Amino acid sequence: MTAQVGDRAPASETDLSGDSSPPVQPVLDVHDVTVAYHRKPVLWDIDLTIPTPRLVGIVGPNGAGKSTLIKAILGLVPIASGGVRIFGEELSRQRRLIGYVPQRESIDWDFPVSVLDVVLMGTYGELGWLRRPGRKQRAWAMQCLEKVGVADLARRQIGQLSGGQQQRVFLARALAQRAQIYFMDEPTAGVDAATEQVVFDLLRELRQAEKTVLVVHHDLRTVSRYFDDVVLLNMRLVASGPVEQVFTPQNLQKAYGGRLAILEDAGEALRVQERSA
Amino acid sequence: MINYNTMIVLVGASLLGASSGLVGAFAVLRRRALAGDALAHAALPGLCLAFLVLGERNLSAMLFGAFLTGLLGISVVSGLRHTTRIKEDAAIGIVLSVFYGAGIALSSFIQKQTAFGSKAGLHTYILGKTAGMILADVYLIGAASLFCLLLILVLYKEFKVVAFDSGFASVQGWPSVLIDLLLMAMIAVTVVIGLPAVGVVMMAALLIIPAASARFWTDRLGPMLGLSSLFGLTIGAVGTLMSASFSRLPAGPVIVMAGTIVFLVSLLAAPRRGIVARQLSARRERRQMALRATCRALYELLEAELPQVRPLEFDEILSHKSWQRQELAACLTQLEKEGVISRTAIGAFLLTEQGQKQVVETVRLRRLSELYQHQYGSFEGTLDELDAGTFIEELPRELVATLEEELKSSGRFPAAGAV
Repeated sequence: MTAQVGDRAPASETDLSGDSSPPVQPVLDVHDVTVAYHRKPVLWDIDLTIPTPRLVGIVGPNGAGKSTLIKAILGLVPIASGGVRIFGEELSRQRRLIGYVPQRESIDWDFPVSVLDVVLMGTYGELGWLRRPGRKQRAWAMQCLEKVGVADLARRQIGQLSGGQQQRVFLARALAQRAQIYFMDEPTAGVDAATEQVVFDLLRELRQAEKTVLVVHHDLRTVSRYFDDVVLLNMRLVASGPVEQVFTPQNLQKAYGGRLAILEDAGEALRVQERSA
Repeated sequence: MINYNTMIVLVGASLLGASSGLVGAFAVLRRRALAGDALAHAALPGLCLAFLVLGERNLSAMLFGAFLTGLLGISVVSGLRHTTRIKEDAAIGIVLSVFYGAGIALSSFIQKQTAFGSKAGLHTYILGKTAGMILADVYLIGAASLFCLLLILVLYKEFKVVAFDSGFASVQGWPSVLIDLLLMAMIAVTVVIGLPAVGVVMMAALLIIPAASARFWTDRLGPMLGLSSLFGLTIGAVGTLMSASFSRLPAGPVIVMAGTIVFLVSLLAAPRRGIVARQLSARRERRQMALRATCRALYELLEAELPQVRPLEFDEILSHKSWQRQELAACLTQLEKEGVISRTAIGAFLLTEQGQKQVVETVRLRRLSELYQHQYGSFEGTLDELDAGTFIEELPRELVATLEEELKSSGRFPAAGAV
């Protein structure tokens, strides 16, 4: 954590791309990961490789372990067996490459911090121990806020924002991390259509800048519109790969089983996909 | 005049209050306040055991004993939580009562031993006694306060990110567990040095009350820490002075009573977050909603006959929606004041030219808001924003255009009157 800000600052400060030499190692390699809570299995033998930068949706029924998969990759829940590699290295050596947007519910929205404070936390990683954010970090944080369109709210306490604005702030904090891989736990849960659009436009932009983005996503109807790849999860990995190959009725049936209401959603999602194809 | 002894006590209690306020702010924000309470109660058996071992009243040894059993208590809470299905509140309840019970039993046992007699004075640790404070105690409190202050100054950013979002902090590579342990250590040190003055029963209050009160006055962490320290200092000082002037009152409860006053004032009078301010702004919002409802009623009554605009009778407006006569009268008076309507000779209400524009705009925003909510389901803002429809202005322009198109095709897009 001793690296300086300038180390990886891209030529233009607003440019999110950073260095762009293609990685030789797979971006993410999840090998045989199993997770249990109180002896109950939540994830079982997950094998997942993301070789090149992609925009990946993680999809599955409630309780399928979508959030847990992200948390297991990030070391936030203990892994019973298996391992995770990021660009071929252990997580602990690659933390500076990771951006994270946690689930809404995990946040205390009444905490006395301003929007700018929260985004500045994204720069703490590059600051390391003891150093405080200064003008440079502040300017960068403001740029990230502008990027998600809430710069005018910088001085507000975070609880005074709407749900969509809050999600944008957390997205800005992840941007401030200048990461190579972003993990986002339902960034569009409970937000309105306008915010969802802003969020996915931005993810698309990150993807074009050769970043990898993994998103826990709950809305089957929008999967094929937003993502390159999809990971279908139901405790086990049902399938993963490009949306057009993996997001099929057979796979959805496998992931969702007999849950009818959801299957109707899925049916609609597939019709949407067929229409757009 | 304040004599030397009172001065010592005053400085000691104020310092203690200030550092409790400072550490307590983080304890409350990180939801460790009750853990502080468990720690304080779990310290009592340690005090007694240290006395039993040494056979004499040695303050630093007894506080060290208190520190050890206090930490043991907290470890048991954490152990219960992680290895069994007992939740944190139940674990705290178990530890708090078991350790405190053991402490009370031990202190009664010591009290009954003729060898020690009442000179052990252990009962003062239960409810606290500031009067006996000596200079050495003040040095101890000062050292502990300095320790906490320096730790927070140096690791401010680290404490902040872990307290706010420990998951994010871990992903970023901060050792959240270690930082939490440091916080717990600060809580333990503060609680233990506070025991002789405030007592095991009330110590947690000195951690929680200044922090909870400070939160009412500010939305920033830095100012909250400062204010919480200041409140703690005031509470400590005032409580001590009050306890000193009524010699039979134990210090702990008096300090807590002083804290209660600070808390109540904060709860009621703080701007924005206080009860009074909240009530006032809620009332203002209700009033605004009633005014908008009146504007919409005026428009709806005239809608069929537009572009003609005729005066409306009071009873006609009243019967349009089921509302209170007085409320409507008040709203109409207000709208007249704002120049939206004028009163005709026979007492009917006529929209002014400016009023027509305003009413049309109110109805437009409201109908767009309704349509938007209907089509997109989830709405993120407050009721007031939904009712006023002001958020519409912030939506993408194409989206608003589509919504307006839809209103037009169903003939519900409001148009100006005779203007």
